Amino acid sequence: MSEHEPKKDIRPSIEEIFLLFFKIGMFTIGGGYVMIPVMQKEITEKRSWMSKEEFTDMLGITQAAPGPIAINTATYVGYTLRRKSGAAAAVLGCTLPSLIVITVIAALFPTMMKYAAFQSAFKAIRPAVVALIAAAVLKLTRTCVSKPVHLVVAVLAFAANFLLKVSPFPIIAACAALALLLPEEVL
Amino acid sequence: MLPVLIGLFTSFAKVGLFTFGGGYAALRLIQTEVIIKSAWLTMEEFLDVVAIAEVTPGPIALNASTFIGYKLAGIPGAISGTLGVIFFPVIIMLALTYFVNKLKDNRKMKAIKTMLRAAVLGLISSAAFSMGAAALGSALSIAIFAAALGAAMFLKADPILLLLLTGLAGAVAGL
Repeated sequence: MSEHEPKKDIRPSIEEIFLLFFKIGMFTIGGGYVMIPVMQKEITEKRSWMSKEEFTDMLGITQAAPGPIAINTATYVGYTLRRKSGAAAAVLGCTLPSLIVITVIAALFPTMMKYAAFQSAFKAIRPAVVALIAAAVLKLTRTCVSKPVHLVVAVLAFAANFLLKVSPFPIIAACAALALLLPEEVL
Repeated sequence: MLPVLIGLFTSFAKVGLFTFGGGYAALRLIQTEVIIKSAWLTMEEFLDVVAIAEVTPGPIALNASTFIGYKLAGIPGAISGTLGVIFFPVIIMLALTYFVNKLKDNRKMKAIKTMLRAAVLGLISSAAFSMGAAALGSALSIAIFAAALGAAMFLKADPILLLLLTGLAGAVAGL
């Protein structure tokens, strides 16, 4: 802590960032999107490392970039909290659990996959994952929609991605371009 | 050994660079890289990889890269596959995060953020709908969905605890 800051350093430490992302990495079961409700709880509700607005803004940026959402999110949160070392701690933390678990499974495979209990657990988790993401969406609505025009944009983005299968990048890029073209009063 | 490690890194770096919108999009790219271009795995082995990547913690693309890396070259392979898949995303995100934080108070940036928030709501809803279409087939799965949604919304249940409990219940009930 070589920086001479006038006020007390309230940023989380590198260890805290690593440990939280290790925990998140451990429980990102069933795809990177489940990280969104988990992080919403851990980062904005339990810890207040970020405000709800900052968290929502981050989601936009992480979807615009290529790569696993979990990795993008870890990089963003880590960097915002503690610059490069924070980013390194978060990415390492969220990568290690899968590296360890997968290596163990790959070594034991196929014995492990034959356990029916393993498959049954996952079958029950999948609907819960959908529920958690749906709950995250409902919570996000409060920070995302303050004018009717926002709802229109959300519905259009949904339709483009879900019905027309347009990938997130062009959708995000189009929305950013629209933001620059439209007069500020409209937004 | 070294050519395999470099091959793993570059193949998965490509996967990381061209994947937009989550793990399932990555699987199609991985399929092209490891089956069609490199013939590292058979289609059957690839489907096993997908099954494992889905039921283990961690992003699907990351799990698949680690697993395939391990199959081909042991632990060094697992590490090169993993490093490959996160290489470009981490660099690109560092640059993006730097600019977004730098321009925090810029008026244009604020306008962009407002629009992106709305877009994100649509994109994540879309992810929930696609996953729901695949996961909510039976009455039981819909019941689990409803119970978990209620617990998350009204009881402020911890997401990790919910995942653990439903997984445990599923394993015990033998779905």
